[in-house]
Amino acid sequence: MDQYVKAVKVGGAAVALVAGALLLGQCAPSAPKGAKKAPAAASDLQVAAMKTYVAPGDLDEYYLFSSGGHSGQVYVYGVPSMRHLSTIPVFTPYPGTGYGFDDDTKKMLGRFTWGDAHHPALSETNGDYDGRWLFINEMNGRVARIDLRDFKTKEIYGPAPNISGNHGSSFVTPNTEYAIMSSRFPIPIPKGTYAPVEKFATEYKGIAAGIKVDAKTGAMTLGWEVLLPPFDWDLGDAGKGPSDGWFFLTAYNAERAIGKLEVTASQRDRDYIVAINWKEAEKHAAEGKGDLIGGVKVLDPKKIPGFVYLMPCGKSPHGVDVSPNGKWIVGSGKLAGITTAFNFEKMMTAIRNKDFSGEEDGIPVLKYESIKDAEVQVGLGPLHTQFGPDNTAYTSLFVDSAIVKWKLGTWEVVDKVPMSYSIGHLCAAEGDTVSPDGKYLVGLNKLSHGRHLPVGPSQPESSQLVDITEEKMKLIYDAFTEPEPHYAQMIKADKIKAIEVYPKEENKHPHAIWDVKDAGVTRQGDKVLVKAVLVRSTITPTSVEVKQGDTVTFALTNIEQTTDELHGFGLLDWNTNIVVDPGETKTVTLKIDRPGVFPYYCTNFCSALHQEMQGYLVVKPK
Amino acid sequence: MRSLVEKSTHTLRHPLGLGPRGLLLVAALLLVPTYVSPLWQLTMYAPQYQSGLRLDIYSYKLEGGNKGQDVKEINILNHYIGMRDLAAEDFTEFKWLPFVIGAVGLLILRAVVFGTVGHVLDVTVLFVYFSLFSLWSFAYKLWSYGHDLAPTAAVKVQPFMPPVFGGQQIANFEIYSYPQLGSYALAAAAAALLGALALSWRAAGREGAAAAAAGY
Repeated sequence: MDQYVKAVKVGGAAVALVAGALLLGQCAPSAPKGAKKAPAAASDLQVAAMKTYVAPGDLDEYYLFSSGGHSGQVYVYGVPSMRHLSTIPVFTPYPGTGYGFDDDTKKMLGRFTWGDAHHPALSETNGDYDGRWLFINEMNGRVARIDLRDFKTKEIYGPAPNISGNHGSSFVTPNTEYAIMSSRFPIPIPKGTYAPVEKFATEYKGIAAGIKVDAKTGAMTLGWEVLLPPFDWDLGDAGKGPSDGWFFLTAYNAERAIGKLEVTASQRDRDYIVAINWKEAEKHAAEGKGDLIGGVKVLDPKKIPGFVYLMPCGKSPHGVDVSPNGKWIVGSGKLAGITTAFNFEKMMTAIRNKDFSGEEDGIPVLKYESIKDAEVQVGLGPLHTQFGPDNTAYTSLFVDSAIVKWKLGTWEVVDKVPMSYSIGHLCAAEGDTVSPDGKYLVGLNKLSHGRHLPVGPSQPESSQLVDITEEKMKLIYDAFTEPEPHYAQMIKADKIKAIEVYPKEENKHPHAIWDVKDAGVTRQGDKVLVKAVLVRSTITPTSVEVKQGDTVTFALTNIEQTTDELHGFGLLDWNTNIVVDPGETKTVTLKIDRPGVFPYYCTNFCSALHQEMQGYLVVKPK
Repeated sequence: MRSLVEKSTHTLRHPLGLGPRGLLLVAALLLVPTYVSPLWQLTMYAPQYQSGLRLDIYSYKLEGGNKGQDVKEINILNHYIGMRDLAAEDFTEFKWLPFVIGAVGLLILRAVVFGTVGHVLDVTVLFVYFSLFSLWSFAYKLWSYGHDLAPTAAVKVQPFMPPVFGGQQIANFEIYSYPQLGSYALAAAAAALLGALALSWRAAGREGAAAAAAGY
């Protein structure tokens, strides 16, 4: 009996011990042991280096979306590291992501393979960036919308009717009701109309347009167009706070001159800023007012008075910026050397009192002295203004090649920092919203003049990072950016919620398949559909046989759900390179007009067996 | 010999006291977590997988980390070395484990209600046997996944045994295998059963001795 008890006791104790050991529990470490972070190095680096150094594996604080100008793209940088993170192709094919090669993006680009992308604009809610979309204009009268959930161009609207040289674009109204377009190069309208250039002053027309943005989907349609005098319309900004409901565009060549504009368009001391009440325009359009031109209703301020006014501005302005509180409208005359702060309240009073100094094509010109609060002697060649907290303003000086810091309200010039070289635009952290962050300011310079290793005559642009946390501005980093940044938007990184793969459940493509067993070829007459699966490390089917004269559509589904497992589909001799993201389906349709055997393979390195990810398109002769 | 058999028969028929019955009830309750919590977890790190791939093994299912995605990823990686896909159909355990745990639970409850020392002994032996068998079955499954490699595999590796308990480096992967709440609960249930057995056995023994001393 005792032995039994003893045995049970011993057994029980042993089991309890094991259970205890289990309960005390070992478990897997929370991070791989092989990847312990290197200890931070003791540093004697200068403040600039410390402020811009983002250690390997660490993330930047801001996104910088920089326009690519005539490269047609948007470039994404991290701030403060100024590292180039990615390229978002917009108006130009980009084999790196297969953009412009598959059926959908080819269709979206239409007849263009190029666009001069200028002014990116982040979507806003209550005047603040909401991280949903990025709009960007280009000169052929188009505006594109990039979805910031996947950093992809989703829509290109245009070319808009009557708009010619859409430069003064694509800033948005405070709740992204509209993205704005305008004509930099007046033409006789509708497009296709002939009028000799000598009749520029009377028969050529400027246009401003509101492109309506669907609040839910972001889809763009034409809201309304406004007929404007034949000035060269340039960049603008939307009112906010008290000035919400209005937007402002600059105009140079108030002379209505032709020929050698650098001389002929620089004769008068003042050009204009136009103020357009878009809420009124919206109302007029809803009432069906306007003349039908180019298939759309165009509102003529001469016939519909009371919603368009001109404000005289220093000679050759290229941009107007509304202060964060919406009270001041800041315009700079490039050739005047002054920046004028107009007071919105005074503007409204002048409008009420009909305090006009003249008119242009039926549009009243407000009296300059009555509407300005101050003229700030900022320096030579002032272009654009961005804002920081506490009434701080930063204006780029092209001729001085510098950024000047000054104060709204007291109008004092506080500081100046040289730029290398010839700054055009500038971009402060959330610096055109109702609540600018301060902290960082990027000068987008036109010339780099060899501040980098020589790369031949075709030189990169220079974008310089300036620390604006203190009273004195400090240049802290030189970055060399792709041509050619015309403007940029800097947004706090946590405002953007980007996905890393396309969730399978969201893929509604009619040709999407998720199992290798479903891959294969179906034929209807001479139309051939190849449903293909791309997954490490096979393109299934591994060969496709068709006949000369067939029209073949490859529907390619990348069934991966793992981050960064992109697969490519390069088809040699057919100028085809599709890149399919995880969970995505893309199609490419080819008219097979010649026989032969054509290899296809994965172009986007995916795995150890990537090199083996290949197959053949076999075309039988007719 | 005869007296030993008589003695043990007497012990086995001895009804249970309140203490052992309480412990048995605890043991029965400790089986519940196995229906909601995983029994075991495998975690795999590699340079390319800094946040790790996770595989949770329940009594009735396999569940990958990252909303199930990790199982797909593990299968994609394993196909290079010719390993079979981890598939629920492959685990016959998922069919009988929940049933057996339920049956054991019912037997424990029988002992709680009608309990004699014999009932406790039955269910304890059954439980320990079943636990050890499951552990062996799990280890064997791991072994067979690591050894049953397709001869046509792109990458030929030496057949291997993934860890059952602990960590191990296999190629570029750090692999960790540890029990989870479900197994801890089973271990605790085993401890409670053995405790109930020990207590009731001793009580029966004492009463037997007292009865003998009283001249029965």
